[in-house]
Amino acid sequence: MEHIIEIEHLCKSFGDIKAVQDLSFIVNRGELFAFLGVNGAGKSTTISMLCGQLKKDSGKILVCGENVERNFEKISRKIGVVFQNSVLDAPLSVRDNLRSRASLYGIKGKDFEERLNELAQLLDFSDLLKRPLNKLSGGQKRRIDIARAILHKPEILILDEPTTGLDPQTRHLLWDVVNTLRKEKQMTVFLTTHYMEEAADADYIVILDSGKIAAKGTPLSLKNEYAGDYITLYGIDENEVKNLGIPYEEIKDAFRISVPNTGKATELILSQPQLFRDYEIIKGNMDDVFLAVTGKKLVGGAEK
Amino acid sequence: MIGLFNMTRRNLRLFFKDKGMFFSTLITPIILLVLYATFLANIYRDSFASALPEGVVIPDELLNGTVVCQLTSSLLAVCCVTVSFCANLIMIGDKANKSISDFTVSPVKHSTLAVSYFVASAVSTLIITFTALGVSLGYVAIIQGWYLSFTDVLWVISDVLLLTLFGTALSSCINFFLSTNGQASAVGTIISAGYGFLCGAYMPISNFSQELQNVLMFLPGTYGTSLLRNHMMRGVFAEMKEYGFPDDVMTGIRDSIDCNLYFNGNEVPVEIMAVVLSGSVLLFTGIFVLMNILKKKR
Repeated sequence: MEHIIEIEHLCKSFGDIKAVQDLSFIVNRGELFAFLGVNGAGKSTTISMLCGQLKKDSGKILVCGENVERNFEKISRKIGVVFQNSVLDAPLSVRDNLRSRASLYGIKGKDFEERLNELAQLLDFSDLLKRPLNKLSGGQKRRIDIARAILHKPEILILDEPTTGLDPQTRHLLWDVVNTLRKEKQMTVFLTTHYMEEAADADYIVILDSGKIAAKGTPLSLKNEYAGDYITLYGIDENEVKNLGIPYEEIKDAFRISVPNTGKATELILSQPQLFRDYEIIKGNMDDVFLAVTGKKLVGGAEK
Repeated sequence: MIGLFNMTRRNLRLFFKDKGMFFSTLITPIILLVLYATFLANIYRDSFASALPEGVVIPDELLNGTVVCQLTSSLLAVCCVTVSFCANLIMIGDKANKSISDFTVSPVKHSTLAVSYFVASAVSTLIITFTALGVSLGYVAIIQGWYLSFTDVLWVISDVLLLTLFGTALSSCINFFLSTNGQASAVGTIISAGYGFLCGAYMPISNFSQELQNVLMFLPGTYGTSLLRNHMMRGVFAEMKEYGFPDDVMTGIRDSIDCNLYFNGNEVPVEIMAVVLSGSVLLFTGIFVLMNILKKKR
């Protein structure tokens, strides 16, 4: 697969604080790449260096084969960024906002009108074009942020916590649009998020902790490596569960036991089949992976 | 310069959409005009009449013209610079609310952004300073002190344009280093309070000590005030001469209200004042664009 982003031994410090330490990873074209970590883990610093906003201390960043610090003008046409908080002009209308941003890429006149209509259809904001941004809801604003980021048809879309605080409907719309763009235009998506269910859909995940890579891999490989399985047993007496000699947890109308992996679950079932009359095996999720890797839970970005 | 026109339009729209920013720029001209019209004009008139040598009599209309042209030239000299500091806030706002990141991730050049801020700020300041000029000229006409020829009016217009560009260039260089609205309002307050004294608008610099005068002669704003005053008062002085004022009295009056400026003991001609001011505009604008181009990433 073609490498669209290559980061090697990237380091960045602010005074004594080592924000990013020896970061190396690759993003393939068309991939949904998730970058996870609690606030302060180094995600935004890495994105800022990737977008040419911050100077690296050492290491290498290549985007589409070009060096970010030497050829940023070329790279800037290939990346679109949705920032954590909207950076559009609140008092101006949606149309004025998008017109000024489109002009930064040389898109104007008829080309702009055509692109605006396409995006308004795609993101369903045709009726909002004349409204000032400060009169829109959070979800509506986010749609305009996405429109701004993809105005110039970038090859890479960087989403910095794009769905934080959004209602489920808008979140759903946003992901529909992103997935359509990925399928139809082979767009690569570089995502940071605090929602583990979004990360679970990624092709590849990097988990950062204190500026270093704590784990990386596909969601499946990470789950297999860092999260066990859960067996939920129904219609069983608590004494019988106790006899298994495995830590358990009582849940509504059932008991849940943790096993290191699916193989161990199979061994357990085969060794005591009389207990497994009604049961289900569930793989651990990305929350479990994150907790196992960092020792922290991601709840709205805060460390728990 | 891809995006220059649309970015300038965006900056102008932001300025005029922000009612607070727009009205705060109008405060200086309005306050000065009210102060002059209500009581400062009378104080100046009495002071001027009492300072004339014994035996020299001046008609009321000419006295009115002298006082009102001096006051309105001061008002315009102060407004052109202080208003530009109030109008040149979009650049700081973009840093404060991180909009600047949205521009710097795009292919737009830093110099284009800098020029768009400069042009938008100059246009919005010019709208206000030309309005103040219109009101000032109307005031001069209403109180029957009009001695201006058509050429004088054209010169005054060009002085206001030049001084506004100077204010915009200066404010751009200073505001370049600011990144919060608090810093911007602190600088705006300092400039509003101090500039009028430094440029000789509130009080002629001829009233200051010789040492201070020597220092102030190095500031381009001083020449801007004197340029405006010379052009506003040319007709008044012509009328005085026709009325038979002695040359030494005329020179005394011109010296006392800074129409004559002396650098190192030599009188500075009006043309040189214009050259100094134009050179300062070019210098500060160049510095501002250069600072943007050379700005280093953190």
